[in-house]
Amino acid sequence: MDWLKLFRGEERKGSASLAKERLQVIVAHQRHSGRDHPDYFPKLQKDLLRVIRKYVQVNEDAVNIGIERDGELEVLELNITLPEHK
Amino acid sequence: MAKIIVVTSGKGGVGKTTTSASFATGLALRGHKTVVIDFDVGLRNLDLIMGCERRVVFDFVNVITKEANLKQALIKDKRIDNLYVLAASQTRDKDALSQAGVGRVLEELSEDFEYIICDSPAGIEKGALMAMYYADEAVVVTNPEVSSVRDSDRVLGILASKTQRAEKGERVKEHLVLTRYVPSRVAEGEMLSVEDVCEILAIDLLGVIPESEDVLNASNSGVPVVLNEESKPGLAYGDMVDRFLGEDRPHRFLEAEKKGFLNRLLGK
Ligand SMILES: Nc1ncnc2c1ncn2[C@@H]1O[C@H](COP(=O)(O)OP(=O)(O)OP(=O)(O)O)[C@@H](O)[C@H]1O
Ligand SMILES: [Mg+2]
Repeated sequence: MDWLKLFRGEERKGSASLAKERLQVIVAHQRHSGRDHPDYFPKLQKDLLRVIRKYVQVNEDAVNIGIERDGELEVLELNITLPEHK
Repeated sequence: MAKIIVVTSGKGGVGKTTTSASFATGLALRGHKTVVIDFDVGLRNLDLIMGCERRVVFDFVNVITKEANLKQALIKDKRIDNLYVLAASQTRDKDALSQAGVGRVLEELSEDFEYIICDSPAGIEKGALMAMYYADEAVVVTNPEVSSVRDSDRVLGILASKTQRAEKGERVKEHLVLTRYVPSRVAEGEMLSVEDVCEILAIDLLGVIPESEDVLNASNSGVPVVLNEESKPGLAYGDMVDRFLGEDRPHRFLEAEKKGFLNRLLGK
């Protein structure tokens, strides 16, 4: 224990401030991927998978979509993992 | 046209039913014809908190399935005019609620009532979605604790995407009610403060309800705590109702009671 701090009347940092910091991170993440997540994402993902599979056999989880925000600009990010060549 | 308000939280056991009961009772006390509906099908307890459990004959599900009409199922409060309860079914499950059925019942109630309060079950599954779907406004009940705040944030996201208003491109007006607040623990830095929670959730603060044994006493006796005007939670819920109706009320009971030297000596 830092006695000097106690004498100087500085507050010991309780767990509440840690809780707040953690929540700020969680909520920022949740809003990014949750609150403004368009509802059509799951369907879009499925449709894309179907189209791609016309040409290449890929896994269920091969298609990944997300939204990147940069100021006012929104970019739809598409990641498609192709099977490895043997 | 009635205003439909959902009382919701995500996390269970944070005080939705306590808040629904006092909110509805407070609105009726101030002269507004109000009905409070228990959406917690299978686990009803609003009737206990309202003290009308022995008068439940027909319930919400019976009305949805047309086994009974609204007139038969609405329970008129014995103490307060203008106040009615629609109990949840104890024997059915959430699948008994259909969106169309809920919509029809709410529409019928709208013709007769000023306020319809929907006490949501915990979670973000069907029951909770049904309770919020037709809402015009939402009271998000939160405890000053990490998991509750996180769940509230999730619920805000769902209110903004899965409700009828959201589908029409409109917003559900959101209010925060922070319950089970312990000012002394906040002062010690052990509990999130009201400012912390407001900063994180960034919605309108409608009320802060202190932790108090008066809440348990109230539910033991089946009297909504807002009717106990000698209790802090009762007064805090009263303020919440006034604010909702547009009155300006400063928040009370946010500071830890300072024990004076004399009181400490006297052990008070
Ligand atoms: N301000 C308060 N002070 C002390 N105890 C409280 C307070 N508010 C609620 N409680 C207690 O917390 C418990 C849960 O309250 P309540 O039933 O209202 O929560 P709920 O959110 O409706 O729960 P569920 O998710 O199960 O429906 C009850 O025992 C109640 O007495
Ligand atoms: Mg409840």
